[in-house]
Amino acid sequence: MERKYLFYFFFIGLALIFIARLFYIQVIRTDFRLSAENNVIRKEMVYPGRGLIFDRHGKLLVGNQSAYDIMVIPLQVESLDTLEFCGLLGITKELFISKMAEAKAYSYRKPSVFVKQMSKEHYISLQEKLYSFKGFFPQKRILRDYAYNSAANVTGFIGEASDRFLADHPSYKKGDLVGITGIEKSYEEVLRGRAGIQYKMVDVHNRVKGRFEDGKYDTLPDPGADIICSIDIDLQKYGEQLMNGKRGSVVAIEPSSGEILALVTSPSYNPELMVGRERTKNYGRLFVDSIEKPLYDRGLLAEYPPGSPFKVVNALIGLQEGTLTPNTSYTCHHGFHYGRLHVACHCGTSYPLPLRTGISKSCNNYFCTAFKGIIENYPDAHQGMNAWSEHVKSFGLGKFLNNDLPTGRKGFVPDADYYDRAFGYTGWKAVSAISLGIGQGELLVTPIQLANMTAAIANRGYYYTPHILKKVNGQPVTDPNYTEPKHTTVDPKHFDIVIEGMFDAFEKGTARGSRLEGIEMCGKTGTAENPHGQDHSIFVAFAPKDDPKIAIAIIVENGYWGSRWAAPIASLMIEKYINGEITRETLEKRMLDGTLKEEYQKQLDAVYDKKKLIAENK
Amino acid sequence: MRSNGSLFQNIDWILVFLYFALALLGWLNIYAAVYNEEFSSIFDMSQKYGKQLLWIGTSVVIILVIMFADATLFQTLAFPIYIISILSLLGLFVFGKEIAGAQSWYAFGSFSLQPSEFAKFATALATAKYLSTKGVSMNSWKDRFVALIIVFLPAAIIIPQPDPGSALVYSAFFLVFYREGLSGNYIFAGFALVILFILSLLISPLYLFLFIAAIAGIFIFLYRRSRGAIVRIIALTLLSVGFIQSVDYTFNNVLEDRHRNRINILLGKAHDPKGIGYNTAQSMIAIGSGGLTGKGYLEGTQTKFDFVPEQSTDFIFCTVGEEWGFVGSSVVVILFVLLFFRIIIVAERQKSAFSRIYGYSVASILFFHFAVNIAMTIGLAPVVGIPLPFFSYGGSSLWGFTLLLFIFIKLDSNRMEIL
Ligand SMILES: [Zn+2]
Repeated sequence: MERKYLFYFFFIGLALIFIARLFYIQVIRTDFRLSAENNVIRKEMVYPGRGLIFDRHGKLLVGNQSAYDIMVIPLQVESLDTLEFCGLLGITKELFISKMAEAKAYSYRKPSVFVKQMSKEHYISLQEKLYSFKGFFPQKRILRDYAYNSAANVTGFIGEASDRFLADHPSYKKGDLVGITGIEKSYEEVLRGRAGIQYKMVDVHNRVKGRFEDGKYDTLPDPGADIICSIDIDLQKYGEQLMNGKRGSVVAIEPSSGEILALVTSPSYNPELMVGRERTKNYGRLFVDSIEKPLYDRGLLAEYPPGSPFKVVNALIGLQEGTLTPNTSYTCHHGFHYGRLHVACHCGTSYPLPLRTGISKSCNNYFCTAFKGIIENYPDAHQGMNAWSEHVKSFGLGKFLNNDLPTGRKGFVPDADYYDRAFGYTGWKAVSAISLGIGQGELLVTPIQLANMTAAIANRGYYYTPHILKKVNGQPVTDPNYTEPKHTTVDPKHFDIVIEGMFDAFEKGTARGSRLEGIEMCGKTGTAENPHGQDHSIFVAFAPKDDPKIAIAIIVENGYWGSRWAAPIASLMIEKYINGEITRETLEKRMLDGTLKEEYQKQLDAVYDKKKLIAENK
Repeated sequence: MRSNGSLFQNIDWILVFLYFALALLGWLNIYAAVYNEEFSSIFDMSQKYGKQLLWIGTSVVIILVIMFADATLFQTLAFPIYIISILSLLGLFVFGKEIAGAQSWYAFGSFSLQPSEFAKFATALATAKYLSTKGVSMNSWKDRFVALIIVFLPAAIIIPQPDPGSALVYSAFFLVFYREGLSGNYIFAGFALVILFILSLLISPLYLFLFIAAIAGIFIFLYRRSRGAIVRIIALTLLSVGFIQSVDYTFNNVLEDRHRNRINILLGKAHDPKGIGYNTAQSMIAIGSGGLTGKGYLEGTQTKFDFVPEQSTDFIFCTVGEEWGFVGSSVVVILFVLLFFRIIIVAERQKSAFSRIYGYSVASILFFHFAVNIAMTIGLAPVVGIPLPFFSYGGSSLWGFTLLLFIFIKLDSNRMEIL
C-alpha cells in the first residue's frame, strides 16, 4: 500500500470529524443560540414614575425623586482597587466583601443590587469614575419624596418586594418597589404603572453597543396614574399638631360623600424615614417601639368601647322600635337600679328628663332604661337582642367597612348567640347586657367606625362607605361601594330629635365648653372605660347641624373624660375645616401644648412596679 | 535565464487559487471580527483588517520574489537558511520582545516579527535536504537521530519562550518521516500513546490497569506458542503501565492548576464556562449560534462584541462559524482538505526527493495547524495558541505560510528541469 494513502485517510477522517462536530454544535444543539443571546442582550427595565398623590385640594403630598442603585455582574468584575472603590461608594470593606459574596451566590451573570438607593447628588459625583470599574453599572430607581411631614399613616410607604410577595406576584422582580402600607398599598396597581423593557446589545465589557433588533421587542414604560385622595392636608396636619403629646386618633369624614378628610393617629412618624438607604434601620426602630407604636394606625385598628356617643344610636333604635318617643321621660336617681344591679350616673338631675335632655345630659339611667325597653319589647330576650344588634350593625358597626384602606378591624357588636354562649340559653335577659345601653360592656368600635356612625347620623339615616380615594388621573371614583348610600334601619324622621339633643350638648350640655359662635355643632361626649388605666376621652361631632360638612370622631387615650380633651380638639378641627382659621387662640394653645406624657409614664411605671412585685414574690 | 513568459508556465494554478481563496476569506473574516461602524475604510491602517491587507500585499511581493528566484537556490541554501533561522530563534532570548507573555518577537518600531513562523519553512527545507541526501535512510538509527535533531532543535528553543503551541507543530514532521520510510508502527505507537494519555486522565488508573491486563491476556492466549511474542507483549504491557503511572503522577503533581483545569475541562470532567474554560465555551457559543446558514456577514454579535478572545488570530474560525454557519464552516474545512490533497498529489509527482519531502513537510505542517486550530475552536482540543494558516490575522504567520507554500509551488514548477 502506498504511504500517501495514510495521509488521505487522515485528511478525510479529520474533515469528517470536523464536519460532524460542526453539524452537532451548529445544527443539532440549539442551546448555543440562547447562550449567545444571553451574552449579548441585556434586558434593561425602564421604570416609570410612580403615580403622584395629591390631597383633595390638589396639594402634592407624595412625589418622586431619582435615586440610583449600583448594580454588579460578578462575572465581569475585574481586579480593582477595593479601597478606592469603597471610598467612592461610601461603604466599608467588610460590606464590599459580603455584598460581593451575596451577589455571587445569587448569580454570576445576572445583575444584583450592590449599593441601594444612592442619592442623585452622590451618584453624579461618582458617575464618571464608576465606568472604570468593570462589572458595575447604575440602575435608576424612583424614590418617594414627601412634601409634608404629615399623613404618613395615610399615604403609607413603599419598599422592596418581599420574597413572599414575589412568589405570589410574578410580574414583580427582585428589587422592585411595592406599596407596603396606606394608599401606596391600596392603590399599588394604579400607582405602579408598568415598567418598560429595553433590550440592548452589550459587548464583553458590558458597554452598550446599540438596541437589539432596532428595539423591535422593546416596550415603553406605562406611567402610574396620579391619585387625588380625599385627605385635606391642612386639616390632617392640624389634627396631628393637636394630638401632639397625646395617644389616640382623629377621624374626619365628609358625610355627603364618605370621603375621609383626616385620619390622624398619634404618635406617628416622619414619612421621610421610610425613604432611602436608612429605611430598613428606621423601619426596624419604629417597628420595635412597643410603647409608642408609631406604625400602629389607631384610627383604623384600635378598638374601644364607644361609651356615651353610642347612647345616640340606642335612642334612634328606641324611636324606630316604638319603645321611645321624643316625650318619653325618665327620672334619674343617681343611676340605673334593677334588683342588685346598679349603674351609676353623674348627670346631676332629679327631674323627669325627656329624650333630648337625656342625650345632652348623657344620663346613664335614661339609656339603660331605654335599652331594657327595646329588648323587652320582644317576646323573649333573644329576639330583642338580635333585632337591636341588626339595627346597630346598620350603622356600619361590628363589621368590616370594606373600604379602600389596607387595614382595619371589625369591632364587636354582640347578638343573642353571644350571650347564649356566655350565660347559656336561659341564663340571661335584657338587664344582663344593660351596659350596652351606655355603650360599654362587650361593644368594641374603631375610631373610623365611630366617625362613620356619626356621619350616618348627620345624614339622617345613611352613610357612604368611608374612603380615601377621590380621583384617579382626574376621574372621580365610580365604585358603587363608595358612590351608593347605605341606609340604616332607622327611618330618617327619627333623627331630628336626636340631633337636637346632640346640638344641646354643645349649647348647654356636656360639651358646652367647646361651643363656637357661628357654627351649629352637634356632638356627644364620651368616656370609654379602660380597665388598664385612666379612662379614654371620646367625642363625636358633626357640623353644621342642617348641612353637615364634616363628621368627626376623636379618641384621646387615657384622656379622662370626653369634654377634657376630645371635645375641644373636635371643635377646633371643625372650626379649622369650616372657617379655615382659628379664633379661639387660648383654647388652641391649651390643646396644642397639652400633653399626657406624665399620665403615660405613670402607667408605664405601674406596669414595671407590678412586674417587679411579681418577680420579687417568685 | 528564462524569459518572463515561461515564468508562470508550469505553476500549479490549483494551489495558487486555493491559497488566494483562503487568504481572501481570512481577510473577510478578520474584517468582520474587528468591524465597527466608526472605522470602515478597508485601508485603515489603525485596524487589523487594514494591516492584514498590507500583509497580503507584501505576501504577493514575496511570491513574486520566489518565482523570480532560481529553484535550485532553495536546495543549495537549505542548511544556511536553517542555521540563520535557529540563530534568530536563539537571539530572542537576548533581543526578544515580550508580547502576551511570550518572548517570541523582534520589534522594529510598531512592527514586529515572530521568527518561529519562519523557522517552519527553514526546518522543512533542512529536513528535505538531509533526507534527500544520497545514502541517508529512515532505516538507519543514526540518520533517524540526525533527522530528529533537525526537527526538534527549533522546537526545543521555542518551548521555553514559552510558546508550546508553536513548538508542538514540529511533531508534524513524524508524518514526513513516515512517508520517507519510517515504520508505521511509530505512527501507531504515537497514536496509542495519545489515546493512552487521554484514557489515563479519564479513567482511574486501577481500572485502566485491569483493562490493559485483560487485553494483554487475550494476546498472550492468541500467541501462546511464541515465546518471543509473549515477552514482547509483557514488555509492552509494563511500558503502558509505567506510562500511565507517569501521566497520572505528572498530571497530579507536576502540572500547575491552570493546565490541569484546561485538560479537565476538555475531558468534560469539570464544567466551568465562567472560569478557565471561558475561551472554549465562548468559542463554541459563537460557532454554535451560527446555526445552519449563519447570521450573515458582519452580523455576528459574539465576535463583533469581543466575547470570543483572540478572535482575529487563533479563534478566527469562530467568525466563520457564527456568520456563515454550518454551510460556510464546512466549505472552509473542505477548501483546506482540497489544499492538502493537492499538495500531496503535487508532491507525489516530483522527480526530486528534495521537492517531494519538502512537499510532504508543507502538507504536514499546514495539516497540523488546521487540525489543532479548528479542533480547539470547536471544543475537541485544548486551547493551544497556533494560527489557522492563511486565515488568521498576523504578518509573520501569513508571510511564513506563504514562503512555505510558494517555495513548494516554485519547486514544482521547476520539476521538468530536473533530470
Ligand atoms: Zn342620670
